[in-house]
Amino acid sequence: MTIQFLLIQVFNGLVNGAFYALLSLGLAVIFGMLRIVNFAHGALYMLGAFTAFALGQLLHLGFWPSLIIAPVIVGVVGMLIERGLLKRLYGLDASYNLLLTFGLTLLTQDLVKQVMLSKFAVSSAPYTPPDSLSGVVNLGFTMFPKYRLFVIGLALVICLITWFVIEKTRVGAIIRASTENPGVTRAFGIDVSKWVTGVFGVGVGLAGLAGVMAAPIYSVDPYMGAELIITTFAVVVIGGLGSIMGSIITGFAVGVLAAIGAALYPPIANTLVFILMAIVLLVRPSGLFGLPEGTR
Amino acid sequence: MKKVNLLLATLSLCGATLAGAQSLSLADDGVKLGVLTDMSGVYSEMTGPGSVKAAQMAADDFMKSHKEFTGKVSVVGVDHNNKADVASNKAAEMIDRQHVDVLLDIPTSSAALAASEVGKNKKIPVIIVSGGTTALTNEKCNKYTFHYAYDNYMLANGTGTTVTKKGGNSWYIIYPNYAFGQDLNRQMTAAITENGGKIVGSDATPFPNTDFSSYLLKVQAAKPKIFGTMQAGNDLVNVVKQYNEFGLKKQGIGLSTGLLGEQEISSLGQDAFAGAIATVPWFWNLDARSRVWALQYKKLYGKLPTYMQAGVYSASMTYLNAVSRARSDSGEAVVKALEGYKFSDFFARNAMVRPQDHRVILDVYTVQVKPKSAAKEEQDYFQRLQTIPAAKAFTPLTESKCKM
Repeated sequence: MTIQFLLIQVFNGLVNGAFYALLSLGLAVIFGMLRIVNFAHGALYMLGAFTAFALGQLLHLGFWPSLIIAPVIVGVVGMLIERGLLKRLYGLDASYNLLLTFGLTLLTQDLVKQVMLSKFAVSSAPYTPPDSLSGVVNLGFTMFPKYRLFVIGLALVICLITWFVIEKTRVGAIIRASTENPGVTRAFGIDVSKWVTGVFGVGVGLAGLAGVMAAPIYSVDPYMGAELIITTFAVVVIGGLGSIMGSIITGFAVGVLAAIGAALYPPIANTLVFILMAIVLLVRPSGLFGLPEGTR
Repeated sequence: MKKVNLLLATLSLCGATLAGAQSLSLADDGVKLGVLTDMSGVYSEMTGPGSVKAAQMAADDFMKSHKEFTGKVSVVGVDHNNKADVASNKAAEMIDRQHVDVLLDIPTSSAALAASEVGKNKKIPVIIVSGGTTALTNEKCNKYTFHYAYDNYMLANGTGTTVTKKGGNSWYIIYPNYAFGQDLNRQMTAAITENGGKIVGSDATPFPNTDFSSYLLKVQAAKPKIFGTMQAGNDLVNVVKQYNEFGLKKQGIGLSTGLLGEQEISSLGQDAFAGAIATVPWFWNLDARSRVWALQYKKLYGKLPTYMQAGVYSASMTYLNAVSRARSDSGEAVVKALEGYKFSDFFARNAMVRPQDHRVILDVYTVQVKPKSAAKEEQDYFQRLQTIPAAKAFTPLTESKCKM
C-alpha cells in the first residue's frame, strides 16, 4: 500500500463522508430538539433527489436552481409531516415515532416509484451534473471527478454554517435551550413548538440537499435512501446523538475509514461501519462526542 | 409476410390432417400457460407484465394458426417478488389450483431453482427464460426443467472470448458477491485465461451496492485494457455511471459487461454505455424477421420487447407446438416431444432442445453498444460483432454435470 493509494482513498472516502455528515447532522439536530429518531430521513433524502429529477423533467430546471428549490420543497414536506403527524405523538413512547416514520418511508418509496413508472416510465433515472462540474481534474496523485470535489466542498461549507448557527448565534441559543430544557425555555416566553417545526424542516431540508447532491453520482432510485439511512444511523451512534460537531466529524471520518476498508479488503466494505459502532458502544456507550444521559 | 402466412396456413393444414389421425387430449379441456415472474420489483421492466403479454401474444398467434386449439389456450401471470420461497409457494398454487400446464419466464436464479423443484415433483414442465444460473442444466437439472434464451456460461464465454481475442487481453473484474456474480466471475475468468488473456485484478463487491468508487480507483491505478463488470440491473447502472464519471473510458480502459439488457441502457442513456461489449441471445432489430415481430409486439403493447420478453414468446410457442405434436398436454408427453426438437423462429436460430441436459441451444450474438450518434432509430442500441453458433455458445455436454 503506497501513500498515493491511501491519499486517493481518503479523498474518495470524503465524498461518502459528506453525505453521511449532512444526513447525520440533520438527524442530530432533529433528535436533539424533538427527541425523535426520524426513520424517514433516508426517504426524504431520496425525495430530494427525485424532486431535482422531476424539476428537470417537468420545468427544465437545471442542477443549480434545483439545488436550492428541491431542499426547500423537502423542508416544507417535513414541516407538514411534523405539524400534521409527529406533533400528535409527542406525549407517547418513542417507538410510536419510529413506527410512524418507518411507515412514511415505505409510503414515500412506493409513491415515488409509482410516479416514476407512470409519469416518466423509468424505475430509476440518470441525472447529469452541470457542464461546469463534469469531467475530471488531475490532482497530481490521481484523476478525480470535478463534481465529487464540489460535493466535498459544499458539504463542508453547509456543515460549518449549521454548526455556527447553532453554537454561535442567538437563534442557535434558543434552539439549544429548547433542546436542553423545553419547560424553562417556554417560561422565558419562547414558543418552543414553532421552533420545533422550523428545526424539523431545516433538518429534513439538509437531507433533501444531500439527495440533490447525490443525484448526479448515483441514479435517482426510489430505494436509494434505504441503504444509506442504516449506515447513517450507525454514524450517529458512533458520534453520539445530539452532538452537532460530533456528527460532522464522525460522518467524514467514517466515510474515509469505510473507503480505505473497502479498498484494502472489499468484503468488509458494508460491515466496517457496524464493527466500529459495536466497538464504540462497548467502550463509550454514549458515542464519541455524546454526553452520558445522566449529565444532561 | 404474405408468403409466410401462406406457409403457415399450409403447415397448419398439414397439422389438421395429421390431427385427424390422433385426437387431441387436453386436461381440463385447455392449455394454460403460467408466467411466474417479477411483476413490480427490480426485474419487472425486463420481464414482468411484458412477459405475460408476450405469452398472451404467443397464445393468440398459436390459436390463429391451430384452429383446433381455438379458445383453449389461456395465460396467467403471477408475481414471485424475486423470492425463492414465494416462487415455490406460487408455483405449487398455480399448478394445483389454477391448473397451469407449464411454468414460464422466472427471473432471479434462486426463484427459478425453487420453481424448477416444484415442477419436478408435480411433473409439470418449467421453461426458464430469465433466470441465469447454469445450475439449472447442471447439478440441479431434472426431467421437467428446460433452460431457454441465455445463461451465465453463454454470457461469460461469449464476451470473455470475443473481447480477449480482439486484443482486450488484460482485465480487471468486479463482481457482486452472491451466487450469480461469483458464478459469472468464475466463468468469465476461465474464458479470458483460456484465450490467452490475463486478470490483473478482481474484487467482490457488496450486493446491492451504490458506490463503486473505491473499486474504480483501484481499476484506474491498475490500468487494465478492459474493465469487466459482472453487476446487473441497477447496480450495473451505477457502476457504468461512475465508470464514466471517473473518466476511465478516456484513459483507454474499455468496458465489458456480464448481463446487459436493453433496460439498463435506456435508464442511463445510450452514450454512457457506448463501446461496451456484451453477449445477448437476441435484440429487436437483429434482422428483418426480428423486427417484424418486435414491431408487432410494440403495436399491441406500446413498448419494444426486451430479449427476455421475446424469449418468453418463443418459449411459449415452442411449448405449444410440442403440445400440438404430442396431441396432449400431459407433462410427460410434452417433455418427450420437446427433447431433441430442432427448430428456428424469429428469436431462436438453429435451435435445439438438448435431450441430455434440457439446455435449449441457439445462436447468440456478441454485440457492442453504439453511440447515440450512430443510432438510426429508437432503441437502436446494438452493433453485432459476431454470431456464436448454437453448438459453441453453451456449456459443452462433455463438461455438463447433469444426471437426469
